[in-house]
This record gives sequence, structure tokens and C-alpha cells, in this order.
Amino acid sequence: MADLSNDFIGIKSPNPFWLASAPPTDKAYNVTRAFEAGWGGVVWKTLGEDPHIVNVNGPRYGVVHSADRRLIGLNNIELITDRPLDINLEEIKQVKRDWPDRAMVVSLMVPCEEPNWKSILKRVEDTGADGVELNFGCPHGMSERGMGSSVGQVPEYIEMVTRWCKEATDMPVIVKLTPNINDIRYPARAALAGGADAVSLINTVSSIVSVNLDTMSPEPSIDGKGSHGGYCGPAVKPIALNMVAEIARDSETAELPISGIGGISNWRDAAEFMALGAGNVQVCTAAMTYGFKVVQEMITGLEQWMDEKGHTDLQSIIGKATPNVTDWQYLNLNFVSKAVIDQDKCIQCGRCHVVCEDTSHQAITQSVDGKRHFQVIDEECVGCNLCVSVCPVDECITMQQMTSGVDPRTNSPINSEYQNWTTHPNNPMANS
Amino acid sequence: MQQETGPFAGLETDLHPPLDGHEASVEADRCYFCYDAPCVTACPTGIDIPLFIRQIQTGNPSGSAKTIFDENILGGMCARVCPTETLCEQACVRQTAENKPVSIGALQRYATDHALRNELSESKTHPYQRAKPTGKKVCVIGAGPSGLSCAHRLARYGHAVTIFDAGDKPGGLNEYGIASYKTTNNFAQEEVEFVLGIGGITLQTGVRLGVDLSLQEVTDQYDAVFLGVGLDSVNKSNITGSELTGVADAVEFIAALRQSQDYSSLSIGRRVVVIGGGMTAIDAAVQASMLGAEDVMIAYRRPREKMNASVYEQQLAQTHGVKIKHSVRPVKIIAGDDNAVAGVELEYTTEGEGGLSGTDESFVENADQVLMAIGQAFDADAAESFGLALSNKRVSVDADRKTSHEKIWAGGDCIDAGEDLTVWAVQDGKLAAESIHRSLT
Repeated sequence: MADLSNDFIGIKSPNPFWLASAPPTDKAYNVTRAFEAGWGGVVWKTLGEDPHIVNVNGPRYGVVHSADRRLIGLNNIELITDRPLDINLEEIKQVKRDWPDRAMVVSLMVPCEEPNWKSILKRVEDTGADGVELNFGCPHGMSERGMGSSVGQVPEYIEMVTRWCKEATDMPVIVKLTPNINDIRYPARAALAGGADAVSLINTVSSIVSVNLDTMSPEPSIDGKGSHGGYCGPAVKPIALNMVAEIARDSETAELPISGIGGISNWRDAAEFMALGAGNVQVCTAAMTYGFKVVQEMITGLEQWMDEKGHTDLQSIIGKATPNVTDWQYLNLNFVSKAVIDQDKCIQCGRCHVVCEDTSHQAITQSVDGKRHFQVIDEECVGCNLCVSVCPVDECITMQQMTSGVDPRTNSPINSEYQNWTTHPNNPMANS
Repeated sequence: MQQETGPFAGLETDLHPPLDGHEASVEADRCYFCYDAPCVTACPTGIDIPLFIRQIQTGNPSGSAKTIFDENILGGMCARVCPTETLCEQACVRQTAENKPVSIGALQRYATDHALRNELSESKTHPYQRAKPTGKKVCVIGAGPSGLSCAHRLARYGHAVTIFDAGDKPGGLNEYGIASYKTTNNFAQEEVEFVLGIGGITLQTGVRLGVDLSLQEVTDQYDAVFLGVGLDSVNKSNITGSELTGVADAVEFIAALRQSQDYSSLSIGRRVVVIGGGMTAIDAAVQASMLGAEDVMIAYRRPREKMNASVYEQQLAQTHGVKIKHSVRPVKIIAGDDNAVAGVELEYTTEGEGGLSGTDESFVENADQVLMAIGQAFDADAAESFGLALSNKRVSVDADRKTSHEKIWAGGDCIDAGEDLTVWAVQDGKLAAESIHRSLT
């Protein structure tokens, strides 16, 4: 059986699944339920200074649904914890004492002044927590007060506050990054420069999730007005994966540990984040959609896959896909693939045909010999994968590589040699 | 009021209860929005099914209903009575994929019910507006599905339409000929009111072609005539004993039941035998069971696969306790006391190259009521004497549903085309109206 135990910057947990700093980790009651359900660790919901902040008393969430009202995107305007600091600290201390084998990280957000950070760090140390996470990510509410993402959007501030914290405590320091920036590598480098032990990402994406067309108010609506919130859930996973990979393959930050966050809903998502370089993962929306029990699927799924692939521990999967993330210019332009439709699996919906016909390359028939029949026309197929993407039947359409002969679309022989854009004759800047 | 308990609950309860908003939403989400969708091809009226389902999915049931009505103004009735399992739903790609098609009929009912509720509410707005009056007059004979469909389409184009119908009420087979559990709560009349709501259509009931009206008169008085008179006579049984008390025609049995205000006043046997293998046989047998018959048997002369009733309909009968006996034909109806039926002698049959033949092996099924569902026929007198060309004993029409007479079009069960289904009748009326409109303008 694969060993799922996780050592992330010295913080140990029985598995790599942590709950992210968010509503599910706001109280001892919730966190205890999470640990009972099997979560490996939590990042306690962000603490601030007293007097504690207040939340709106109306709806905090808005959603994007896919078919069958499956939640694929969640938007929230909830702020950091709205409970007194003392109560949170007491509960953190008690829960860590009750669950010594689980990771207990405390998320923090205080004004950008050194004494404020030093003061709260001392109080957290007293709880016996395993580490702290600096919340430089929340894009709503607190950012208007000069905290959260308004710090995370300025690399100099990230470096400055991180340094204060590292000087003030021996606890491991994780810096949580906002995706609401142009290039994630700059904030990550700044965190490293400030001495961060790790980064975690992504925090939520600035968003308006929908507009009520009766009241003309954005949702969630508070007395007829809406404010942008933070977007998360399965919909943001691709954004998060890319940002994790960008940091993991950046020569300056390649050694910087990453806690992956963003739409992780099942074992496969978690494995993908780890393959791109995350040392563990943090989850929120999946738990807020289905409850804490989802972690059991994540644990058993990851174990099963690792056993089947012969991976004995997490180290053998972390970062294994990172070397395969490259720049477009290095993609092999001599690689040719064509879509192939398995007629036995085809249910005749015709969507592959119409999307290819209307929006792509007119490379799929709608009829053959007068009968409804969807078949790829190799002479037209550029191998774009759109048909595979829209087909409702798994594995009905697959992309198959051409390894020999002539590409009927270009009439060029298949060339098994690697050639990329940097040397392509059409590139005016080609190297040779 | 929908009656959900009581001795006759089955007759007044929807066979398929309507979907509520949540159910419709879940089901609509299953549609793949196919290209050149097979369900559309399979629908005789060619409703754009993927579009109307997507409109339900996106919270636009009124627009969805309009999509349906664009091709089938009787979409509400068709949602209830179409054998979807052999039409759109059989063609659904999810039938291919997982043996569970999208419930197209139920979704169609959801949208059309929504629209009819609005249409029949106080702020009624019919989904179509009449074009400017053309000054042309068209006569429609028969207020069944084909006649109503034709009249509505003609009214949309601005022609003045008069409908004559032989019955007391309009609706044709929708009103008189379909099992009650398929069209509860007086839906047939509600739908007629909706169709006529466009305006420009005058309806006269109790007027029978050949008695109160001749084709000569109407062709003289109107610019065009549409004939949608259905099958007005039932095939007469020549079996010995057909005249016995307790032997009845299944069509008349259903019509009496549909018009009944008090089911307990209807006479129903303890042991009922229904002769036939079509939808009428099923409708009669199931309703006989619901009325309280203890044993109901359908006797069909050919093997199961030859039955006109779909497999679904056969199963429906069986779940209502009806026994279906295949490959048996009536030899004679046996008399008991007082000239009343006591049983049916049935002979096993076999099908060979020479067609159906008896095996000389027979048995007697005891019965105190026998319902004959052996088909209906077109009463050709009026058409024939006027010189309309017939084929297969029905009115002969071209692809536009035009007859051999330059001013007469025809559709529904009385023509020799399509299948005898409500949805085909609606399509006939629509095609004829388009052709009439082209000829008048």
C-alpha cells in the first residue's frame, strides 16, 4: 500500500489533504469534524486583530452551475474570521492538543506594520500550531483596507512582511498568493527573497458571479447591491495548475515548496497538482459542496492509483510532470495527430461534426453514402482535439499520432525528428 | 379536478404525471443538443426538440412552447398521446448510449402546459398574431387534430376559416377516442379553446358531411376546402354472435366512457375479451380493467411482433392486469341466457407464406362482454360520389395533402398516407394549410 504520509516543510500529516483557510476551518467544532472524517491537516481560517471584523448578514455566496445544478464555481464575499482572537487561539490550542498527528497551520492577516505581525505571531506560537500562513490573497473586503490581495499584488510588500515574520518566529512560514496579478512568478520570488518556507496558491479570483436580471443587482446581493467576491471551485483549477507549474519550473523558485490550492475536488485533481510540483494540497469548495467525507474518496483514490503505478510515497510523484511543462516555442511542430472516431461507441449526436464544421476545419462528415455517419476526413483534420472535447462519450473519439507515411492534409512526409518554432523556416527570428 | 383515490382513480389520473420545475430541469440537462438531431427527424411534425429542451433548461418555457407550436399547434396533446417510445425517444442518442432516452414527451408537456396555463389565464396572449385578413375563405371539415392544425395555420396567414364538425364537441379523437388517463382534466377542450384563441376561426358543431353539408356546397362557397373527417365507421364484424347483448364496438365503448359524467353508470363485464391488436384495443382493455372488470383479455390474431400497439403499450396493459393472447382469432361468439354473450371461441393461428391460417385447434374463453377493436374505416360515400380519387379505400392525396380536386385538400386518418396517429394528423393539416395558402396568394 502506498504511503500517503506527508512532510511539508517539516509539518507532518498522515495524508497530503489539508483543508484550506476558509469557512470550514473557522471553529473547533468544524475542524474536529474534519479530523474525524480523515483530513490530514487544516489551515485555520484567517485570524485578524481585535476588534474582530464583521461579516454581512445576508448572502455570502454565489455559484456557477453546470448541468444538473452541479456546482462548478463558487464565489464568496465572506471576510476573515469574525470571532474574537482569544477564542480562536484557545480553540486552536485545544484542537492541536487533541489531534497531535494532524497538521495545524494558522492563517494570519493584520495591517502592514511590523509590530502588528510580531504581536500576533507570538500569540500563535503559544497555541502549539505547526506553522503560519500569511494571507496575501483574499481579493475582497480586506483588500480595501490594505490587506489580503492588496499586499499580494505588490512583490515588495510580500518580501517585507515575510521577512518581518521570519525574523519574529521560528514557526515555518507559508505565503499564500493571490492569482489576481499578471505573472505569478514575481510574488513567488518575493516570498522566497523574504525567507518564506513555502508558498500556497491560489487564493480566490476576483469575480462577479452573476447578475439578478429582475433587480439588476450582482449576486450575492446585499440590499440590492453586490461587491466583487473571490471565485473558487472546479472552474479555477486550470488557472491554479498553471500558476503552480510556473513557480515550479522557474529556475529561481524551483526549490520553493508549494502547497497547491484551487478547485481540487478528487484524488485525480490532487495528483495533478502534486505532479506539477505541489508538495501537498489544500481543499475547500469540494468540502463546502459535499461535506468532509469527500476526503475518503481522495485518500483511497490516490492510494489506489499510486499502487497501480508503483509509486510508494508522495515524493515519487511530486514534480514528475514539471519537466514536461515548457514554452510553446519548444513544442514539436513535427508531431502530427488525427482524430479517430470509434464507430462502435458513437451514439450519433453529431456534435463533433457541427463544431468542426461551424467553428473549425470542416474535417468530420455528417453522412456517408447518404446515411448519417460521422467520420474524420484526414485531409482536413489539423488534430485540434475539439471533437474529442465535445463528444459526450468517453473514449469515443481519440487522437492518434501519425508516426510514418504522409500527412494527407499537408502532403508532407511524417518527420520523426523534433523541430520547434525556434528553428522553423517560417520564423523570421529562427536560430538557424 | 384530478381524482387520485376512489374506485375509478386510474381513469382520471395522469398516466404520466406532469414534471415539476425541478424534474424538468434535471431532465432537460440530459439533452445533448445534437446536430441535425435524430429525434427531430423521427418527429412527424419536425419539432426542433433540442432547441425547445434547451429553452426549458435556460428558464424560458414560454419560448420553448413557441418552438413546439411553430411546428405542432397541438403539441400539448401530442405530448400526452404520442407513442414517443417509437418516435422521438426511440431515436434519442441517449437511447443508443444508455437505453434511457431523454423524456422528450414529458418535457414537451412541461413547456406546453406552461404556455396553455398562461394562454388560458386572464391576461391571455395567444402566441401567434393573425396576419392582415386576406379576404379568402377556407372551409375545414372535421375539428379533429388535422382540421384544428390546418385551421390554425390558415388563420395565422389571415384567411377566414370555418370549421364544421359532426360531433357535439370539437376535438375529434382527442375528445372521443383516446384513453381518459392520457388526457385528463378535459384537456382536449382546453386545447381547442387555445387553438381557436388566435381568432378568425368559426366553429360549427353538429354538422355532418353528407347529411347537413355536401362537398358541392362547400367547394362552391369557399376558396378552398380541407377534409379531416377521420374514420367515421367501424369495421363490422361478421363473426357469428356479433349481434349478442354484451358485444360492443371498442371505439364506441371508449367514446361513451370519455363523455361519461358518472363512471358507475357504465356497464362493464366481469370477464371482458377485447378483439384486436392496436392502440384502441389497449385503451379499451386498460380502461375496462380500471372500470372494475375482473379479468380482461386481449385476443390478437397475429404474433406479438405484428401488434400495432407498441411494446410499451402492451406492457402498460399487462401491468394493469390485462392478459394478452397472441395468434388467436375469434371463430364465434357464444350465446348464453337471454341472448347475452357467454364466451368467445378462439382458434390458434399460424402464419405461413400463404398468410394467416387457422390451426383447427380452439378453446373457449368465458366472457360476459366482448369489445371489438378490429379497425375503423373511412366512410367514403360523400367523397366518392363527389368524384374524389381514393386509394386503399381512403382519400388519395399528394405530398402537399392535395386531393384530385383542385379546391380540396385532406389529412388525418381519412387519407391514404402516414400513420393513424394524432401527430401525423397535425402534420397533414399543417402541410395542407401551407399548400392552400400558396394556392390562394
